[in-house]
Amino acid sequence: MSDIPMRDTELQVSGNRLAGIVRSIARHRVLAVSAFLLLFPLIMPYEALAVNILIFGLFALGFNLVFGYMGVLSFGHAAFFGIGSYATGIAIVHLGLSWLPAILLGVAGAGVVAMIMGGMAIRSRGIYFAMVTLALAQCVYYLVYQMSDWTGGEDGLTGVKAGEINLGFFEFNLVDPTAKYYFMYVFVVIAIFLFSRILNSPFGAVLEAIRENENRARACGYNVLLTKWYAFVISGLFCGLAGSLNALHLSVVPIESLHYHLSGQAVMMSLLGGMGTFFGPFVGAMAFLLLEDIITTMTTHWPLFLGTIFMIFVLFFPKGIWGSVLHWMKR
Amino acid sequence: MANISLELLALQTFTGLALGSVFVLLGIGLSLIFGLLTVVNFAHGAFYMLGAYAGVFLIGLTGNFWLTLALVPVVVGCIGLGVERFLVRPLYGRGIDYPLLLTFGLGLVLVELVRITYGLDGVPFDTPKELRGATDLGFGFFPTYRIFIIGITALIVTALWLFIEKTSFGLVIRSGARDPEIVRVLGTDISKVWLIVFAIGTGVAGLAGVLSAPMRSVIPDMGTTVLVEAFVVTVVGGMGSLVGAVVAGLLVGVVVSITSLVAPELSDLSMFVLMALVLLIRPQGLFGKKGLMG
Repeated sequence: MSDIPMRDTELQVSGNRLAGIVRSIARHRVLAVSAFLLLFPLIMPYEALAVNILIFGLFALGFNLVFGYMGVLSFGHAAFFGIGSYATGIAIVHLGLSWLPAILLGVAGAGVVAMIMGGMAIRSRGIYFAMVTLALAQCVYYLVYQMSDWTGGEDGLTGVKAGEINLGFFEFNLVDPTAKYYFMYVFVVIAIFLFSRILNSPFGAVLEAIRENENRARACGYNVLLTKWYAFVISGLFCGLAGSLNALHLSVVPIESLHYHLSGQAVMMSLLGGMGTFFGPFVGAMAFLLLEDIITTMTTHWPLFLGTIFMIFVLFFPKGIWGSVLHWMKR
Repeated sequence: MANISLELLALQTFTGLALGSVFVLLGIGLSLIFGLLTVVNFAHGAFYMLGAYAGVFLIGLTGNFWLTLALVPVVVGCIGLGVERFLVRPLYGRGIDYPLLLTFGLGLVLVELVRITYGLDGVPFDTPKELRGATDLGFGFFPTYRIFIIGITALIVTALWLFIEKTSFGLVIRSGARDPEIVRVLGTDISKVWLIVFAIGTGVAGLAGVLSAPMRSVIPDMGTTVLVEAFVVTVVGGMGSLVGAVVAGLLVGVVVSITSLVAPELSDLSMFVLMALVLLIRPQGLFGKKGLMG
């Protein structure tokens, strides 16, 4: 594009400056996201929405590791989110554990499910993977549904309350929405930091190599199957944390947190925001939930709008919001 | 478990075959579309639901079950034509995931449109007079309507087989599945073939919908679980394999039906256990070709 002479040099300069800003944001991406999310509740209409965006941004972020960075479409990530929720919920309701072990249990539970599901699904390649993961996640859904003594079955698991959280020097209660937001914020920022480190590591480079050309990655001597499995499990851990936080946020675990529609939400958020981009999942979660919040006040037919918007993005803006912004900056 | 008689087992197997017939119709459509277009149709459940509602609409209009049965696949197939032409076609060559994502969005839209038109509650769909009651099979009485479903599925499968194996258009379909590039070089407009195959696939899904309307309740969400079941069938049978879809469909139907007799609480899970076993032993599915998915 650079060989086309620009008539308006002013525009070009401001474009370059903007691109410079974007570049420096990209360089300090963890800091940028953390700072933005720190001030985020101030610009949101109410805190619960901010908490939702935080949690689903994390969910989409974890999902994006597999979909955006490794190029493998999974339709089973609801299983990790849901199991993260249920394990945390069960730890608090049935085992009487406090919030920290409960969250850890949620993440670990999601990790175990990801190991099993990944082990079964990872050998199926390409488009097959989406179907297999979807079916396996639906299997988890029915399993949890059946174990109603532990999970509450159709009604979901109720009474997931973390109560007073005492950090020794500081005490607060999750009933306070602002406290809840910043409580979740700490976990999300740690997760984002880890995520960024993973992407920057040699392992992260192998993931992108697999996305670009699986056979070449294999020919270079990388164990593609094992790498895929690792990525799947790591992605499951992040989604499990998101689910775990969601259980504390809602105080209940609805059975819908395991349904494949939720996997679809992760897919849609990633694509809306921009798959394979660092900020994309959060941008996508924000766009998705804000739109949902606005449209559901006007009509009950939100899925109609969602489906239409999603189709428009697939057809005309496959790079997503943030991806398109990046693309536009590069010009 | 010893008190389960042989007759009961035979009847339950027959129930499984009737259930499996619906799976077969769904699996064939899904497999046909995938085999040629390499599109995983996530809206397949929605087309199934559309079939049931098209049945409700047409039977209200004509009052004739047989006419409805003949018209529903045509109506749903025509919707499929439009979807392939205007929504799926722009995505060819842009990566295998995009048509899948698009049809996922389409599924949401179709379900919501039906919800706006017909509401959330179930719509009754009566079994036609001629097919009510039960028929003696020698080892017990069996609902006539279910025998009818098995029969009509056998008819459709045979017709499709003849169409694909014996007609010249079927020859183009088969060669298109093997190498679309060469077909195009030889002067055949492959995009027309894809259009028609997509219409056939969705039309058969619509037929499955109207056929199961008298057995299940007709609600906008009826396609949600069906989509997963159809996926299980294609994974077990092998993607893109029509024989696989038939065998796996019947197998899944019988397995679900027998489990619900022996251990009712596990009936929802049984098909997934079957799928997991197949994945562990034969990841490409019972009739899948190795490397097709590569």
